[in-house]
Amino acid sequence: MISRRHILKAGTAAALGTVASAPAIHGAAAQSRRETLLLISENPPNSTDIHGVGTNRPAYEASWNLYDRLMTFGVKKDANGVDHYDYTKLEPELAESWNQTPTSVTFKLRRDATFHDGSPVTAEDVKWSFDRALAVGGFPTFQMRAGSLEKPEQFVVVDRNTIRIDFIRTDKLTMPDLAVPVPAIYNSGLAKRNSTAADPWAMEWLRANPAAGGAYRLERWVPGQEMVFARFDGWRSGKRPDLARVIWRIVPQAGNRRALLERGDADISFDLPAKDFQELAAARRLKIVGTPVENAMQYIGMNVNRPPFNDVRVRQAIAFAIPYQRIMDQVAYGTAVPLFGGPAQPADATWPQAHPYVTDLDRAKALLVEAGYANGFETTFSFDLGLASMNEPISVLVSESLARLGIRTTINKIPGANWRNELLKKEMPLITNTFGGWLNFPDYFFFWAYHGQNAVFNTMGYQNAEMDALIEKSRFTQNEAEYTDAIKGFVAKAFTDVPRIPLFQPKLMVAMRDNIDGYRYWFHRQLDYRVLTKG
Amino acid sequence: MFGLLARRLAAALPTLAGVIVVTFLMTRALPGDPAAYFAGPAATREAVEEIRRQLGLDQPLWVQFGDYLADLARGDLGLSITTGQPVLADIAQRLPASAELTLIGLLIAAGFGVPMGVAAALRPNSWVDHLCRVIATAGVSLPTFFTGLLLVYVFYYQLGWAPAPLGRLDAFSSPPPQVTGFYLIDSLLAGDIETFTGAAAQLALPALTLGIFALAPIARMTRGSMLSVLSSDFIRAARAAGLSGNTIVIRYALRNALLPVVTTLGMVLSFLLGANVLVEKVFAWPGIGSYAIEALIASDYAPVQGFVMAMAILYVALNLVIDLAYQAIDPRVRIEA
Repeated sequence: MISRRHILKAGTAAALGTVASAPAIHGAAAQSRRETLLLISENPPNSTDIHGVGTNRPAYEASWNLYDRLMTFGVKKDANGVDHYDYTKLEPELAESWNQTPTSVTFKLRRDATFHDGSPVTAEDVKWSFDRALAVGGFPTFQMRAGSLEKPEQFVVVDRNTIRIDFIRTDKLTMPDLAVPVPAIYNSGLAKRNSTAADPWAMEWLRANPAAGGAYRLERWVPGQEMVFARFDGWRSGKRPDLARVIWRIVPQAGNRRALLERGDADISFDLPAKDFQELAAARRLKIVGTPVENAMQYIGMNVNRPPFNDVRVRQAIAFAIPYQRIMDQVAYGTAVPLFGGPAQPADATWPQAHPYVTDLDRAKALLVEAGYANGFETTFSFDLGLASMNEPISVLVSESLARLGIRTTINKIPGANWRNELLKKEMPLITNTFGGWLNFPDYFFFWAYHGQNAVFNTMGYQNAEMDALIEKSRFTQNEAEYTDAIKGFVAKAFTDVPRIPLFQPKLMVAMRDNIDGYRYWFHRQLDYRVLTKG
Repeated sequence: MFGLLARRLAAALPTLAGVIVVTFLMTRALPGDPAAYFAGPAATREAVEEIRRQLGLDQPLWVQFGDYLADLARGDLGLSITTGQPVLADIAQRLPASAELTLIGLLIAAGFGVPMGVAAALRPNSWVDHLCRVIATAGVSLPTFFTGLLLVYVFYYQLGWAPAPLGRLDAFSSPPPQVTGFYLIDSLLAGDIETFTGAAAQLALPALTLGIFALAPIARMTRGSMLSVLSSDFIRAARAAGLSGNTIVIRYALRNALLPVVTTLGMVLSFLLGANVLVEKVFAWPGIGSYAIEALIASDYAPVQGFVMAMAILYVALNLVIDLAYQAIDPRVRIEA
């Protein structure tokens, strides 16, 4: 484990003249460039420990590649022939097999699996890791609970290589929840040696020092600048990765990220503006892959508890006034799936799906007149400045269109750090926002975004008993036909009552050089180094 | 000399105390909720409260301030949540990066600005003077990110002369063992010529960008100052005494004209150190300015406070150095604390 402290120490030693002036060995340069991937992104990871407080999204990627889980998801081809994780197939990772009964699941661990320091992976390590995810609170604990993993007593060490997980209720999310990034398996012996009385779960130490056994080791981390991964040759939980090394550099300027890719100095990046992706795809200079982000959408939300949006006719009028196609062309630049102009009734039980509205200002006007707003009204249109590249042009286009109905909007840009607080207050009349669920079920989305429990993601404050009943039914029914009907029912209701107007389903875009293969889309939207190859 | 130093440092203490209080209060007065930010977009209300408790943000303000002071006394500037590192370590690592870039940029600016100013002052209102004015005005009126992007576009993207704008070193080299934190110096100390040339190549474009920006105040100040010195009595006397032109310009005029130029240099340096955020962003330079901005956007209190503290200390030190430089240049200057 090389931390920056070691480098600093080495530096001090050099200052004292104790280190011979050996020229820095260019490990990477010595290694063939072919086996090294140079990845560039806008934002740096702030940890390697997914259980840490405030661990950010890029850090999920570090954790995903450094750590193993018991199971992982299989792979399928999507409509464009791109590798896509398969939610329906669970495959072995650290566990070589498992036996599921209605009340529990028993995992057999690989006997040859070791952590990076060479110590074997045991059932004790698994228990310690899961106990930790429950004990530290915050995001990891909530993610575990989403799969009904709530009490340490549920994790039972049977023997050195066997662990049993007892279910506290029948939950279709329990098994998939064991394959998401949070239940990573930590080297408990190493972690415990670096814990303190005040910090029994070694939160501080594990932030920069992975106690992991995944396919890659952390070779160097300079926070805010780069993270370097080296292949762990003792990895037994999957096929040996092709890339010997991954260098992840932070390049804050979008134009430079594009220049680096085009010049061939960088291999792969997610972080380019939508317009750049469109241009690069048209120029065929790089390989561009776009995958619709499951269960996610950009939408317009209206506060249904205050006039004028408490009147469903006003909401429908707005839905007829949105310039959908212009938003697709001038904001999303083709990096999204349209969610408008669909059939009058939901065709199937999928989500997201297109709603029936199209841009039709005459119908919008008629609805407004009917609702008693013939002369329009004044309102405020708010968005998160942290995602301004999408939100700002959307708000401008929508305001322009609404102005033609006499609706005067003031645009209210809210800084990213404050956005969530404003959402929680549920006072903003009109917003544009984005929301996506990790777990790809329509009922999961609706439970957070439309249910009367009024979670933060129900940004419209929408509460309707009929809607709640349909959502509840879909969550717990075991009957396939009932499930489909319930979903079609609540989708139809969401479109008639229209508290939120879906605009488009964003695509996760990635640009890579032609010689990079094996890219796989994951629900966590981070890069899996293990499956990438460089020709 | 040491008395002067001690007096000046003592006088800086109230300033620092003020800085500590004001930054503490100002970061808390910022709109935004760090707990909500770090809980992430998918967190529930309970998760946000949990993080608020873990960060100690549920405590009353005076308790937070007391904790902050106690930590400061131990030399602990707190933890940056954005980078996950102690703020002190972050600053220790990033300040040299900014300082190296700024100093080289200033060197370029002074290397061109002072001769340009002198040349312009020697022939006021000639084509030389006008050319200097045009160059200086153009340099200062182009925003640094624009100059930077333009240089990257021409020298990296089109011509391929400059290395990729990937920060202080290209992706395939390792930093030299840290002594000063200046890669140019550290690589030489380690006898590693390859790293030295690599670091110098990475430095060229960002330093040039800064240099172009800082050229104007230096050139203009040199010109103005030289003009007034050249028209003063002692120069006239020197000319009358038949001294050679070079001796008059370099030894007598320039030395006397340098005083305001040094002040300008000091001001430009301290300004650039904190303000070259845009250059740092363009060149992925891991400097202190971009660090502070990123922390500010995330409402990450500790790094912002640490940054302002570091800058305050630096300004005090810099002013002291400038005062001392005055004395060296002009023995008539006597500084009282």
